[in-house]
Amino acid sequence: MSEEQLYSVSSSPHVHSGASIHGIMRDVVIAMVPTFIAAIIFFGLNALILTATCVISCVFFEYLSRRIMKRNNTINDLSAVITGVLLAFNLPPTFPIWMAVVGSFVAIVIAKQLFGGLGYNPFNPALAGRLFLFLSFAFAMSGDWTPWSYINTENIVATTSATPLGMLQESTGSIAFLSNNSNIMNMFLGKVNGCIGEVSALALILGGLYLLWRKVITWHIPVAYIGTVAVFATILYMIDPSTNASPLFHLFSGGLMLGAIFMATDMVTSPTDRSGMLVFGIGCGLLTMIIRKWGAYPEGVSFSIFIMNATTPLINRVCKPRVFGVKGKA
Amino acid sequence: MIETVLTIIEPYLPIIKTVFAITCIGFGCSFALAIAAKFFEVKDDPRIGEVNELLPGANCGACGYAGCMDYAKAVVMDDAELNRCAPGGADLTATLAEYLGKTAEAAEKQVAIVLCMGTNDAAKCRFEYNGIADCRAAHLVGGGDKACTYGCLGYSSCATVCPTQAIEMVDGVAKVHPELCISCGKCVTACPRNLIKLVPEKNTVHILCSSNDKGPIVRKVCTKGCIGCTMCVKLTKEEESVFMDGFLAKIDYSKEVQNKVIVEKCPPKCIIDTTINN
Amino acid sequence: MNILKAKFKIHGGVHPKYRKELARDEETKRLPLPDILRISTTQHLGAPSKPVVKKGDYVKKYQLLAEAAGFISAPVHSPASGTIKDIVTGTGASGAPVTEIILETNNTSDAELTGVYPTDEWQKLSPETILNRIREAGVVGAGGAGFPTYVKLSPPPDKKIETLIINGAECEPYLTADYRLMLEHPECLIAGIQIICKVLNVTEAYIAIEDNKPEAIELLSKYLEDKKIENIKVSTLPTYYPQGAEKQQIYSITGREVPSGGLPADVGVLVENTGTTVAIYNAVIKDLPFIERTTTVSGYGIETPSNVIAPIGTPYQELIDFCGGAKDDVKKIISGGPMMGFAQATAETTTTKTTSGLLLLTAKEISQFESSPCISCGRCIAACPMNLMPAELSQFCEAEDFESAAANRVMDCMECGCCAFSCPAHRPLVQHFRTAKAFLRAQPKK
Ligand code: SF4
Ligand code: SF4
Ligand code: SF4
Repeated sequence: MSEEQLYSVSSSPHVHSGASIHGIMRDVVIAMVPTFIAAIIFFGLNALILTATCVISCVFFEYLSRRIMKRNNTINDLSAVITGVLLAFNLPPTFPIWMAVVGSFVAIVIAKQLFGGLGYNPFNPALAGRLFLFLSFAFAMSGDWTPWSYINTENIVATTSATPLGMLQESTGSIAFLSNNSNIMNMFLGKVNGCIGEVSALALILGGLYLLWRKVITWHIPVAYIGTVAVFATILYMIDPSTNASPLFHLFSGGLMLGAIFMATDMVTSPTDRSGMLVFGIGCGLLTMIIRKWGAYPEGVSFSIFIMNATTPLINRVCKPRVFGVKGKA
Repeated sequence: MIETVLTIIEPYLPIIKTVFAITCIGFGCSFALAIAAKFFEVKDDPRIGEVNELLPGANCGACGYAGCMDYAKAVVMDDAELNRCAPGGADLTATLAEYLGKTAEAAEKQVAIVLCMGTNDAAKCRFEYNGIADCRAAHLVGGGDKACTYGCLGYSSCATVCPTQAIEMVDGVAKVHPELCISCGKCVTACPRNLIKLVPEKNTVHILCSSNDKGPIVRKVCTKGCIGCTMCVKLTKEEESVFMDGFLAKIDYSKEVQNKVIVEKCPPKCIIDTTINN
Repeated sequence: MNILKAKFKIHGGVHPKYRKELARDEETKRLPLPDILRISTTQHLGAPSKPVVKKGDYVKKYQLLAEAAGFISAPVHSPASGTIKDIVTGTGASGAPVTEIILETNNTSDAELTGVYPTDEWQKLSPETILNRIREAGVVGAGGAGFPTYVKLSPPPDKKIETLIINGAECEPYLTADYRLMLEHPECLIAGIQIICKVLNVTEAYIAIEDNKPEAIELLSKYLEDKKIENIKVSTLPTYYPQGAEKQQIYSITGREVPSGGLPADVGVLVENTGTTVAIYNAVIKDLPFIERTTTVSGYGIETPSNVIAPIGTPYQELIDFCGGAKDDVKKIISGGPMMGFAQATAETTTTKTTSGLLLLTAKEISQFESSPCISCGRCIAACPMNLMPAELSQFCEAEDFESAAANRVMDCMECGCCAFSCPAHRPLVQHFRTAKAFLRAQPKK
């Protein structure tokens, strides 16, 4: 080889928008900061420790599994950090640390790297980790919420240690109190029981707006998801307000905001085309409400996103844009 | 009596009805399928299956058919030649001939060879290629990064298609391991520069260059390229086993090179004898 | 007012850094005649022209060097007087081998025009004569593909052209050659449009200009107003890439969709590039064959970015030297624009009728390939002006499943590069599609 400097030759285009996976993931991390702060405000040191545990173990497992599988090191793309934070956000504040590490292992090694790493995983790793924990350590996952209860339970004999959705499920009498203004406000701000990252709708929406502004996500999935839940809940509420919670209650309770803004919008596991994203969002919304209303669990966000993840390849096949200059179906 | 029975089974009636209906549908369907199977049955020559058993099952396509089964069918039904299966070689031809009670001449065993010696240190690059590591793709970008427009690009497209992993990339040039090659010809079509040829295995002397450029140009881009000096052609004048095609010397593979001094005498040393240097 | 806003919005598109300011305000300069010209016979789409001169011949400026070899082909004329040194095989801008006629110029002006066409009475000529003149002058699309203009201007009789669009969008970053042409020679452009209108018998013509060129819009509309020309209007397009793509431009202005695999004539439209229109003007009114063109020499790797008129066959190096030389940190030389142009191995390649730009880019400006698996972000789909699914297509191509790629319409891809431009995983999408298209084209038709 000659020493002289050779020109670089490649296929066009020769310029690039500058977008990178690292950049996208960094924006997602930034978008999660308000929620993280909210978690620390409401749950204190526990939230910090839990998040740190998940992030560190996720990055560690990512590094280790790539190493063992003799693949290139990918911790720089920050996707493992996001998985860690999201997993922690989906855990109750009193969750045992060692279980969190197990969850991280399932998320990174089983749900992601065994499928080939970022881009090949069919399910959102954090979600897979959470569901695994949820099904294996059901008790720890439903947590002892007592110390953080702000919900005004008024006249009902309900377990004060329940999350708002838990109360909804367990209550036998009228649940109208759940939808009163002060409770809704508390739920909006995050002063309720729940997983550390799901309680504050306000912080999550802030993060979501940041992602929209940075064009990391498009509006399609969150709007379709939340919109479907709102419409569904409104219909139920109109039919019978005494046994159904108000739409606002549904929007701000449980993991809906976290799911719709951060989990369902995970690029790898959601459809690529915008029409597909709408279908995906609507599907998530319907499933969530069906599980909340008629299912065995109080909350259906994780399950619904997980199920819709599985349908993503199918949606991708069906929801294709109409190719320019082609009339009707290709 | 009947009434008592009826009252007892009354609550179960819907279930019984359903079960009955499903059973009926099941029977109906299987009956229809059975009839259809009889109706559409194709009488297959049993020998096809047996011939297929004899074939190596590589499904490499060297025979020119879609797969081993297809070839077996052609052999039995359409009298296809018996020597087309390259992996099976002469042995298989003999077995098939015996089985079918025919005579057949074994095809000469062939192996693939890459006609280029432009390794990383012998051949220059024209530019820094920045793109997909695939020869076909690389060839389309600025005509490939090798300064020699004929030479091996080294992005292993041939090695990828080879069903037996017979091709190894050595110093940026593909090299076929003849003992592994089943002469399926896949690499021949995969190479965008048409560098790979199937040649009779018995020939051991090869000219490993494909450049049809004039000597001075070749010399500028590669130290191992044929400069078209015709030395080898002159040395093998009697036997006529080497000939010039434009500015490139080529072996006439229907003959065998006797005068092996050409290996030594070739100025850029692009002639090799596989019995010596390998 | 004769300025219209384009009404229709196409899907997709991207906003690259335009960097037009580098050469936008540089007045067009003429390159002194180089001593050696290497004129390729592949100046256009279709069959390479057939040389009619041989080594040692003396040729005069404007003399025919190579004749059209078939219907889709075009003749090539000598840009200068001199001696034919040799006819050799060289490398074209795309990297494919081409035949080059090497001309040693002598800078004398013994040029001869045919003198057949009176320069001011073109209105009296019949459309056939004009068309013939355009063909003989070797006019081809100057925008990039180089489709012979004569063929383009002879649509099948059953397709009536109603609308003529002159493409002055110049949506490729850096390039400003067409812009300068519009500013400096509006009269040539307008006359060229009138000639095309006459040939095709169309009454309605639009000059499509992106709204990031307000000076050009204003100047042309004022010119049209002053001259009281009413059938030609300026149509402004919102600025984004690829606004200059033929099918997309037609849609933006008329709302008509050219069918897949079809021609603009199918929807009654014809799009002609600015440079081509001026070449038509030169051919018909000045009796000049297509022997030179304006090329933008730009990029952060060149001392003085400029717009240069250079004869066809000029080695890039001459242009670079004329523009003050290359800086040290040049990493890529590109013929054409950065989105669709061809990267060059050397500066020895020569200009052709389609060389709209010569860019010397530094490492900071270009993208280097370092791809990772697709993260299904969907940005490529959002960016594709042809509404394809590049993410899915590239996966088919990677698996060499070209059949599925074809079924998903990879052949409709125009290689505009929007997808690869937007991909955060830096996937070589366009290269995959190029490879697939080349493979599919080589396949016998079923
Ligand atoms: S080297 Fe070529 S011919 Fe031989 S087995 Fe491999 S692909 Fe087939
Ligand atoms: S290069 Fe092809 S696939 Fe990519 S955006 Fe352009 S038309 Fe679409
Ligand atoms: S832009 Fe790149 S990463 Fe995103 S979907 Fe398209 S190919 Fe995949």
